[in-house]
Amino acid sequence: MADNIMVIDARGSFCPGPLMELIRAIKSAEIGQVIAVLSNDSGSKKDIPLWAGKAGQEFIGVEAHGEYDEITVRKVR
Amino acid sequence: MDKERISMIVFSGEMDKLLPVGILASGAIAMGQEVRIFLTFWGLMALRKGAFFQMPVSPSFAPMVGDLGKTLQEKKIPGLVDQLRTAKELGDVEIVACGMTMDLFGLKLEDLEDIVDRVAGVGEFIETAKEGHTTLFI
Repeated sequence: MADNIMVIDARGSFCPGPLMELIRAIKSAEIGQVIAVLSNDSGSKKDIPLWAGKAGQEFIGVEAHGEYDEITVRKVR
Repeated sequence: MDKERISMIVFSGEMDKLLPVGILASGAIAMGQEVRIFLTFWGLMALRKGAFFQMPVSPSFAPMVGDLGKTLQEKKIPGLVDQLRTAKELGDVEIVACGMTMDLFGLKLEDLEDIVDRVAGVGEFIETAKEGHTTLFI
């Protein structure tokens, strides 16, 4: 298991940019990698969990940081 | 059974109508679906090399947005070409150009952005669209 969290700073990126950046990162990441997406696009916190369910990846959670959300997933397959 | 495929006939050349084409294609790829795009008339003209950000905005809305192409570029919002390029990198997207429009306007494949795969006829596209669950005319 990878302990270190990979952070994708997608703040300023418009829908569906943050999700697309996450998908790109997931493709090259190792299984077990935890990835946190920083996004100020309001669609991301709905789209990313939905995508994770569909893609069979583990959605860990959303943390609101005022101006932006931190959405965390783990690559499990 | 229907394929998880969304097909789009892109006729419009107005920038505000073209942006959703890229967004919908990206969303479909994100959700694991295939995307097939048929570019015809003004939609094809918008994918001539370097043309996208010069395309007009729908007349009713133009006064609200001013120079949309400039705004998009200033805010670093990807235009249709970059959105489709990303979608193609991440999933199964095929973009074809209407042969009739190519002939009408004297265009060659090399006049178009490199994300356009090939020239095709409408019959083939209609057959492709038939296999999918959703077809949009934009």
